[in-house]
Amino acid sequence: MELDRIVITGLGLTAPNGNTLEEFRANLLAGVGHVESIEMRYMGKVPAGVCNFDPKQYQTRKELRVGTRAGSIAIYCTHEAIISSGLDFDRFDKSRIGVYVGTTEHGNVETENEVYNISQFDYDVRYWTHHHNPRTVANNPAGEITINTGITGPHYTIGAACAAGNAGLIQAVQMLRLGEVDFALAGGVSESIQTFGIFAGFKSQGALADHSDPNKASRPFDKSRNGIVVSEGGAIYCLERLSDAQARGATILGEIAGYRINSDASDYVLPNPERQAECMRQALASAGIEARDVDIVNTHATSTPQGDIQEIKAVAEVFGDCPNTYVNNTKSYIGHAMGAAGALELAGNLPSFQDNIIHPTINVDELDPECALPNLVVNKSRKVDAVKVIFNNSFGMLGINSALIVKKFES
Amino acid sequence: MTEDQVKQIVIEIINEIAPDEDTKGLKDELALREQMDLDSMDFLDIVMELRKQHGIEVPEADYPELASLKSCADYLTPKFNAK
Repeated sequence: MELDRIVITGLGLTAPNGNTLEEFRANLLAGVGHVESIEMRYMGKVPAGVCNFDPKQYQTRKELRVGTRAGSIAIYCTHEAIISSGLDFDRFDKSRIGVYVGTTEHGNVETENEVYNISQFDYDVRYWTHHHNPRTVANNPAGEITINTGITGPHYTIGAACAAGNAGLIQAVQMLRLGEVDFALAGGVSESIQTFGIFAGFKSQGALADHSDPNKASRPFDKSRNGIVVSEGGAIYCLERLSDAQARGATILGEIAGYRINSDASDYVLPNPERQAECMRQALASAGIEARDVDIVNTHATSTPQGDIQEIKAVAEVFGDCPNTYVNNTKSYIGHAMGAAGALELAGNLPSFQDNIIHPTINVDELDPECALPNLVVNKSRKVDAVKVIFNNSFGMLGINSALIVKKFES
Repeated sequence: MTEDQVKQIVIEIINEIAPDEDTKGLKDELALREQMDLDSMDFLDIVMELRKQHGIEVPEADYPELASLKSCADYLTPKFNAK
């Protein structure tokens, strides 16, 4: 069966170092990250990636008061994406738009806030807000998008730990190919910096980054790396069938060439390089390409001592014999944007199709020999003859692996 | 506490929970919902803020008493003065 070709026709994002693709990309090329030290309830100062977009741009103050931060991030990115797509949104059939938002987790922030709130009233549950349930249902960020925009097609979130950004995009591809929708808004969001539980959990696990300079805290592949910087952020894409995109004269930013999601089936938190490599190979097979056809491999590497090594092993196994395949990472700039990570990292690399520049991973003062892939782009951008294929890795807890391949659009 | 003071307290709560609404010039006898874009969740917010900020309890059966500024004042003023 011939599958419809699916293309990217728009993109909106917010990252700790940029609220538009242009700003984000410029900072990635200039080696400019942004991580702050924030005060975390019960914990004190922790490094975190904080976004500074203006939520009032697309939401009323009441929506902001009632909704969640994940919802706000999703709404901001959605509006920016729709604008960038050039779609005549007002005239488009809203029942034919699908919303598929990846999240690592949802509800921790709101639940923690309410438990804290009632602790101020001697744990009297009469003070527990009636907003709790609509804020914490798992579909919240996707649902807030529909309420804000009037989209009446299907919406839901895809819970896929830190593989969720890719998973959201993959879900959209599938729904477009099934003919369930004609236009999809998909990607990932994260509000995780507002939950102490995520930080405390990583700390208990020995996986929370620590550095006197917050901007140096996230340092994948550096010998002294010591854990994850948790960040918020989001990236929402517009996806369409190629025929629809061409019919309305849309600008095409890239084409989804292939993908794969698989499971380690081995551990709750430890990665499994064998399954990761298998996921990558199967993604290549689904795209009908060879490893050497890939120009950029975006690593998921989160700056944990073990995780980075495991992923590099998997990448080396699949791409080790590819002299023109370069490897980079975005978390060194912005930390780990959890459910948004995969979608944001892909966004950071997409402009390479136009400028043929591969942004580096930064904060590598001393490259860990166990992470030293020959084509790892470290600290300085690399200009190449042409970038035609981007390979986007995202992995998550419970052993969920995802690989998404996007190619430069050629009719 | 006077009825006017109670009305002012209700208006301050509305300003907090529905910050996009203009509460200047609200008519006393007209239903609040006819003058502003308030939904049932907003009224639950008003009940919650009366409880949190002022220790005033409004049982569910009495929610209709909060319909207008005047009915709020009629209903709530004795409660404030009984504290």
